[in-house]
Amino acid sequence: MKNGVSKKSNYSRRLLSLIRKESLQAVRDPSTILIAFILPVILLFLFAYAVSLDVRQIRIGVVLESDSPAATELAAAFNSTRYFAVTPARHRKEVEDMVVAGDLRGFIVIPQNFDALLASSNKAATIQVIADGVSPNTANFISGYAQGVLANWNTGRISEKGGELPPVISLEPRFWFNPEIESRRFLVPGAIAIVMTMIGTLLTALVIAREWERGTYEAIVSTPIGRMEILLGKLLPYFALGMLATICCTILATTLFGVPLRGSWFALLSLSACFLVPALGQGLMISTLTKNQFVAAQAALFSGFLPAFMLSGFLYEIDSMPFILQMITRIIPASYFVANLQTVFLTGDIWSQFIRGMSAMLVVGALFFAITAAKTHKRLDI
Amino acid sequence: MTRLKAQIIKELLCLLRDPKSRVVLIVPPLMQLLIFSYAATLEVSNVDMVLLNEDSGRWSHEVISRAAASSFIDSIETVAGPEEMQLAIDESRALMALHFQSDFSRNLAAGKPAVLQVILDGRRANSAQIAQSYLNSVVSGINEEIQPELSANMPKAEVRNWFNPNLIYQWFIVPALVGTLAMTSSLIVCALSIARERELGTFDQLLVSPAKPLEIIVGKMVPALIVGSGLGCVMIGAGAFIFRIPFTGSLTLLIVSLVMFIISVVGIGLMISSICKTQQQAILGTFSIIVPLILLSGFATPVENMPDLLQIFAEANPLKHFLIIVQGSFLKSLTAEMVFASVLPMLIIFSVTFTLAVVFIKGRLQ
Repeated sequence: MKNGVSKKSNYSRRLLSLIRKESLQAVRDPSTILIAFILPVILLFLFAYAVSLDVRQIRIGVVLESDSPAATELAAAFNSTRYFAVTPARHRKEVEDMVVAGDLRGFIVIPQNFDALLASSNKAATIQVIADGVSPNTANFISGYAQGVLANWNTGRISEKGGELPPVISLEPRFWFNPEIESRRFLVPGAIAIVMTMIGTLLTALVIAREWERGTYEAIVSTPIGRMEILLGKLLPYFALGMLATICCTILATTLFGVPLRGSWFALLSLSACFLVPALGQGLMISTLTKNQFVAAQAALFSGFLPAFMLSGFLYEIDSMPFILQMITRIIPASYFVANLQTVFLTGDIWSQFIRGMSAMLVVGALFFAITAAKTHKRLDI
Repeated sequence: MTRLKAQIIKELLCLLRDPKSRVVLIVPPLMQLLIFSYAATLEVSNVDMVLLNEDSGRWSHEVISRAAASSFIDSIETVAGPEEMQLAIDESRALMALHFQSDFSRNLAAGKPAVLQVILDGRRANSAQIAQSYLNSVVSGINEEIQPELSANMPKAEVRNWFNPNLIYQWFIVPALVGTLAMTSSLIVCALSIARERELGTFDQLLVSPAKPLEIIVGKMVPALIVGSGLGCVMIGAGAFIFRIPFTGSLTLLIVSLVMFIISVVGIGLMISSICKTQQQAILGTFSIIVPLILLSGFATPVENMPDLLQIFAEANPLKHFLIIVQGSFLKSLTAEMVFASVLPMLIIFSVTFTLAVVFIKGRLQ
């Protein structure tokens, strides 16, 4: 019994000194500070301002081929909508080259015979909408908004003439949690997942790979410290760093970038803690498998960072991906974390969703640790 | 010249000696190209919808059956009350909810407009907006039948999409990935090269060797240049032959600009590498620069949507200029003049970063 107690206190003493050593090493390196505190600020700023999915002021040309009243009126309607920044023209030649050069994203032609056809009853008046398909998303917006402007203008024209409009179904859309439809409100919480992936996976992978590269890992292994202690000693400081970064990011997001935190801090921190398990596990796994900083960096980039960016539902909707890719996203911890972060910031504490996400993240984390354990031997002949 | 050749050979050996390094240089970028080109789509499909129908008339039924038949809906869950509807949205089980009030069909029958409430998940506002536009076209189809007088006289919009008539998103994303992935790989290779020697202490040996600083730097640039340009060429080939994206421009011009692009990226990598003392610093420094480079390139969202200040920063981003060239060469049959207009900024970026790198490294000599 006595023996057991002293063993235990030995254990915690050794662990504490290991943690202390690792923390000192981490804090001394300016690149740790860069990645944990400066990069998050830059990232959140870019996601709040640079990456805007809100479309406004698309540059288009409006070619008005005649000065007839209806055509002029319609051109004015295009001018006054906030979705378009209009370059007026009289001939399509003037704007065609600008589309090829990328100065305009498309143009609209109101043809010479527009008024005449509008008055006639057997042929419909037609405007042409040309969009630059090189950016398909913008092209979609142009044709969608152009048709909207046209329909609005037409409805206004008929009711002005005193025409009786039959009843129609109208949609009354409401965007819950984000009524102004600002993309920063869901992008900034998602960006926290990217920051945490960099701290958890990339930084950990590098630090441990460096020890392997320099042979200092062997030096630690040759001491009486157990395998668990080594791992805990290595990972706990980065766990703490990750949690600290979450707190900093959240304070920035809510104070500077106007993102509300409708859920609780408790839920937010629990989610982060659960995400750090697979993130650190992945970093550990990468370093154990590669034992080389260059290879570890490439592996962390291609298996951690880029998937967190592209496959997490952060920029691209998971439900719209092909089935096989949807399956792949299931083992990407960031895909759970992004969705849960967006909920905790914008909706509130939806524990049923959080618990599903947290258990999935822990399962993926356990998988990474199991692979690492199978590949680590406390031997030197590897 | 022989010294320079020896430097280059040594650097290439350093990079390619280790079989793991060889694999991570080549396999992951190509895999990413395949995976991401299918993942990145801004079309919306498989939407889960919740339905709260308090109307018993025919029109709500009409809307629902047409929505259910359209291809973007995956499932429709019927709920009995607003609480259940809220829960389904809160838990992200549905992207969209339709709420028909009890007077929906009655209003239409009485000649009054009927309002259909659509609740959308603002956490996924981008997809929700697209789903809403799909729903809009379903409803306007019904409206045209209700009011043929209006639609008969309605002017039509004839939409034509130049360069990509069916708006295939892969035609956009694959060329963009060519630039992004080639940049990422060559940046890491380059940033690590000097930092590794610093960390191991062999950089000082290199400096006291007969090799001139300029030779050392050029020697360090070549492997990254080969890796980046090689990957870029393979991915351009994949774009043309696997993804079947029409290639309308000049291949020679594209390859020349690819090399120019990688050179300018390598300049950035060298600059980072010359500041950093350890590989870890170099890698983290590289990552800190990769993210802004990707975000400010027009890869995720158009540069013209950004605030003016960030648009100025984007001008200093080689990836932004290369994306114009690579997308234009595939789809727009870009002319030599237009290519040159985008190559020029890359040259300027390179000369600035390269000079800085030389200054930093020479600074260590004295």
